[in-house]
Amino acid sequence: MIINGVAIDETFAEAFGMRATRLIITAANLRWAHHAANAATGFATSVIGCGAEAGIERELSPDETPDGRPGVSVLVFAVSGKELAKQVERRVGQCVLTSPTSAVFSGCDGEEKIALGKNLRYFGDGYQISKLFGNRRYWRVPVMDGEFVCEETTGVVKAVGGGNFLVLAASQMQALLACEAAIDTMRKLPGVVMPFPGGVVRSGSKVGSKYKALSASTNDAFCPTLRGIGNSELSPETGAVLEIVIDGITEADIRQAMRAGMQAVCSIGAGGGIQRITAGNYGGKLGKYHFHLREILA
Amino acid sequence: MSRLLLTLKAVPAIGVDCSPLTPARLAGMSSAAIAAIELQSGNRRLPAGELFDIAGEPGDTLVIRNACSKLDRIGACMNGGTLDVEGDVGAFLGAGLVSGTIRVSGGAGAFAATGMLAGTLHVCGSVGDFLGAAIAGDKQGMLGGRVIVDGDAGDRVGDHLRRGIILVGGNAGDYCASRMLAGTIAVRGKVGALPGYAMKRGTLLLAGAAELPATFNDCGSHELMFLRLFARHLASVDSAAASFAPRGERVRRFVGDRANGGLGEILVTA
Repeated sequence: MIINGVAIDETFAEAFGMRATRLIITAANLRWAHHAANAATGFATSVIGCGAEAGIERELSPDETPDGRPGVSVLVFAVSGKELAKQVERRVGQCVLTSPTSAVFSGCDGEEKIALGKNLRYFGDGYQISKLFGNRRYWRVPVMDGEFVCEETTGVVKAVGGGNFLVLAASQMQALLACEAAIDTMRKLPGVVMPFPGGVVRSGSKVGSKYKALSASTNDAFCPTLRGIGNSELSPETGAVLEIVIDGITEADIRQAMRAGMQAVCSIGAGGGIQRITAGNYGGKLGKYHFHLREILA
Repeated sequence: MSRLLLTLKAVPAIGVDCSPLTPARLAGMSSAAIAAIELQSGNRRLPAGELFDIAGEPGDTLVIRNACSKLDRIGACMNGGTLDVEGDVGAFLGAGLVSGTIRVSGGAGAFAATGMLAGTLHVCGSVGDFLGAAIAGDKQGMLGGRVIVDGDAGDRVGDHLRRGIILVGGNAGDYCASRMLAGTIAVRGKVGALPGYAMKRGTLLLAGAAELPATFNDCGSHELMFLRLFARHLASVDSAAASFAPRGERVRRFVGDRANGGLGEILVTA
């Protein structure tokens, strides 16, 4: 399959089952909602080293938030409900509670619940106040700019992590520009986050390493500077490879985001130095979800 | 939807315990079976058929017509459905209500909503003393749900209130929110003497200036964002509840009753 001069490999992205939640972070204005959300989703690129993968899903207008203030929705993914609970509590406690004017609510009604403000309330040292409106319990924690309001729990849903595609281009900047275009399109879609910096990752990895202590190491087959050694997957014309990793609430969300992203890359096409799109997998034996590139673009 | 009508034939001489008359209990029963239900009245047990004309089909909605203040414990421990009462009712209206909606077009006596767990109770008239309060011997009053009173409420509204929302459209009597443990009370009119007496936790929202006990400390004027959540919740309930939504978020916050170490709050809107 070739689209606008870009070869689409006959391969698939291999993704895994995860647990996820959506948080709604509001503040006096969007600037401060973003400050809180950026901090809470920082250092959350990969579960391997960060414990969670997270990102901002989209901005919310005042009529979309529980408190009628501007906000952002954030998706947090982890390998288990227990790890997710730990990450959410730590991230909200250190990054949202601390951020001026912020409040945080559940944006997800899963059957399984994890603590959101349930334990953070103890920061109030006995001055915290519970308010039960309908079936939602909120905590009011006195802080130095007034009150931090947070919902007691948030729902957990089954989700999918690790959807991906790789963009092979003639040069580093051409690969980067194509990925930027893809991310700009993908960020408009609900239910997904691209957890790496700017949504793009340059250090794709393979399983294992020559060093026993490491479980993953550089994806040497796609490193242009190693083209002449061993099992390179790159042709002599390929100057750089960048990857976009996608975590989504559902398989369909990831499929939709991959399609939109790859179409954006293909629309730049061979004229923009884009040569090929491929995907990362582990032979299909580890991940439950397989996203075949040609099927998605068909 | 099927609907059962019970029309009171004459005002009883003494109070009648109407707690057996709930939609869930009567659903599927024949008129003869309903007429045979015995209702306690003093030291006698009266068949329901002696007190009420019975018409319609039992189901999700029960309507009691010609009601009067001798009918006690209407909707007590009711679990589901809708109970519409036309007229006044006696004491213990909706006591221990588990779920469902009770609407009374007139007024109600003392101890309405005591021990109520959930659901909605709406009284279009006024209610007596001890609305949502604990009965003697109980440590907690109302335990959840929503109560809306369009008229006035007597003394001791929400005494020992543990959870839930009480909205009073008119005035409330003395000792409003006394010994309150948690929950929210909003009074649109005036309150009597010593609101929040011995209050431990919870929120009393007052629409205008009130004479508060000296044991409530002024914490200043603040914009409290949670009032927006409260307003939105009320709007989601129904239009009657929505009319109690505080206008704006700026309130003067008083904390007490400090005489017993309480951290309850009286919020006075500007």
